Amino acid sequence: MVTEPGPATGPRPTLAVWKFASCDGCQLTLLDCEDELLGLAERVRIDHFLEMTPVEGGGAERARLDGRGPYDLSLVEGSITTAEDAERIRHVRRISRYLVTIGACATAGGIQALRNFADVEEFLAAVYARPEYIETLETSTPISAHVPVDFELRGCPIDRRQLLEVITAHLAGRKPLISSHSVCFECKRRGTTCVTVAHGTPCLGPVTHAGCGAICPAYGRGCYGCFGPSAEPNLRSMVAELRHDGMSERDIQRVFRTFNAASPEHAPIPDLAAEERQNPTA
Amino acid sequence: MNHRGTRDLRLDALARVEGEAALHLRVDGDTVTETRLRIYEPPRFFEALLTGRGHTEPPDITARICGICPVAYQMSACQAIENACGVTVDGPLAELRRLLYCGEWIESHTLHIHLLHAPDFLGCADVVELARRERAAVERGLRIKQTGNAILEQLGGRPIHPVNVRVGGFYRTPAPEELRPLAERLRQAREDALETVRWVAAFDFPDAVCDHDLLALRDPGRYAIDSGTPAVMAALGQAPAPREFPLSDFEQRVRQGQVPHSTALTATLDGRRHLTGPLARYAINGRWLHPVAAEAGRDAGLGDPLTGAVCDNPFRSIVVRAVEVVQAVEEALRIIDGYERPPRPAVEVQPRQGTGAGATEAPRGLLYHRYTLTEDGTLTGARIVPPTAQNQAAIEEDVRGAAQARLRSAGPAADDEELTHLCERAIRNHDPCISCAAHFLDVTVRRA
Repeated sequence: MVTEPGPATGPRPTLAVWKFASCDGCQLTLLDCEDELLGLAERVRIDHFLEMTPVEGGGAERARLDGRGPYDLSLVEGSITTAEDAERIRHVRRISRYLVTIGACATAGGIQALRNFADVEEFLAAVYARPEYIETLETSTPISAHVPVDFELRGCPIDRRQLLEVITAHLAGRKPLISSHSVCFECKRRGTTCVTVAHGTPCLGPVTHAGCGAICPAYGRGCYGCFGPSAEPNLRSMVAELRHDGMSERDIQRVFRTFNAASPEHAPIPDLAAEERQNPTA
Repeated sequence: MNHRGTRDLRLDALARVEGEAALHLRVDGDTVTETRLRIYEPPRFFEALLTGRGHTEPPDITARICGICPVAYQMSACQAIENACGVTVDGPLAELRRLLYCGEWIESHTLHIHLLHAPDFLGCADVVELARRERAAVERGLRIKQTGNAILEQLGGRPIHPVNVRVGGFYRTPAPEELRPLAERLRQAREDALETVRWVAAFDFPDAVCDHDLLALRDPGRYAIDSGTPAVMAALGQAPAPREFPLSDFEQRVRQGQVPHSTALTATLDGRRHLTGPLARYAINGRWLHPVAAEAGRDAGLGDPLTGAVCDNPFRSIVVRAVEVVQAVEEALRIIDGYERPPRPAVEVQPRQGTGAGATEAPRGLLYHRYTLTEDGTLTGARIVPPTAQNQAAIEEDVRGAAQARLRSAGPAADDEELTHLCERAIRNHDPCISCAAHFLDVTVRRA
């Protein structure tokens, strides 16, 4: 990974960072690259990143919608929850050559996508104290539901090293080296004793996308799935194991209904958890 | 330019703040007639989506409200749940929590000082331009920030949305020798933080006086971070003693209302505008600063905190933040120095039916959580009052005051660009976290 970018040749590529419904944590990850930030700013022109720098013509009407563009690389944080944002992401796509979603909100809808489920009937239909003031959609959807996305970076929040890899790869004109295997691989690589095997701790590692570096098991905690589903997760087997490790049907529902709740891979979970109740394999 | 008529100033994309907001200012002749901080971030309905979840879940879920101050959310959430369950976490586990919180104070304050706020005082667009002019100062800031993040990584697993926090304590506590490398970095950070106080103290500060009531936790004997009782100091200039009130009264005293121009709720304290955050903490807790931090504050022209000095110029909040970084560094060193690994990483917290509240000092001000649980720990109600929602009225008043003072000052008339820039600075003085503020609509659940 290049952390000290070499001298740029030709005009510097432009970078833009966009925010939709989110906590700011994934774009903050860029500012958390303390060792690389100033070097990166020499290598790319950071053209639109409101958390760090004013947008040109920030006083102008609808400035945030009409970013100048075109941008070579757009990093998009957050999910789409308003009609205005659905329009804005199409604009961002039009002015972006390469668009990368950063984090669980942009890639899977985020925790705010809990509104997409049955619970919504309990709280969303009638949630506003003063509904006339607020405009919102009934769902929280990932960026890919609205526009084509060139690369999706997982995590709640994203991993700093992976973010640098995506930017570095883009500058070098190659594909980012980001594996889609499970957290289990990272645990083995880190040399962490399996918390499930050793202590019977429920852990989503077998079905969770790698990228964090397997932090939770190293702290004696089971993975809670903040990077979302790995490629082709075996959920039936996972649910049986979680059951075996003492989780109730409700616990299993809850642990999958968090930051990547709306990932399509998670759709069978309610049925699997209920099935497991009827035919316990443990 | 004709400045006699009515003019509308609009700033549609506030920069160098956390989250997204716009400002609208109406000026009639030399009078500001309307000030609106419009928070347009889409709401995410956390209070509603917490309903039906388990009592162990709020620390991880509410961390996602804010990527800048996740530890604040985790700490207030843990305390509220523990309070509901009749459990107190004290001793070395409480000290470790405070250490983690110091990491967040160091990181968040340093981010604001160097990357978001300092460019205002030095006429730079952003930190990249600032680094071209004052490379050493920016590198010093990044070094301190990294040390804050190192605490969060060591103790929490990662700087944003740490994984090691749970109701009752931690999943894993470090051995003392694991914390030793942090102490070395913190000693360097102490020098850097003191240098930063000197750096920001030499900035030019516009004249301004704020007269908001101040609200901060008060924990006699120490500078409140993760503990204390809410205390109010009436508007500045009256030199009043802070009055405490029990946390259980918080929602009767601090009331949230909804305004048409914002997706955030705005709060008042006993019906009056109030301010929470560094200026409030310094006024209410200054006498309990570590001697090194107190001396740095005195030397920086903030008056003597040991005798109750109050900083009433919001533009100087950057100095107070810099002093608070020194305080957090000293406090982190003290905790590491006296640390012994607790016998267990967490105390057991059995759910029970009831309601509990918790409050801690997020870097930008007091953060309140309240949860109601059923017997099996299912959440049936949640209430969260973030600092920026409390500060919104004070921020709007500061913006009005700054613009008004400029309009009536002697010398050349202020054009729109200058006024707009001044207003933006008045907002940044309070390090608003708009991502936090936007998520707290007054949600009522109607059941069929």
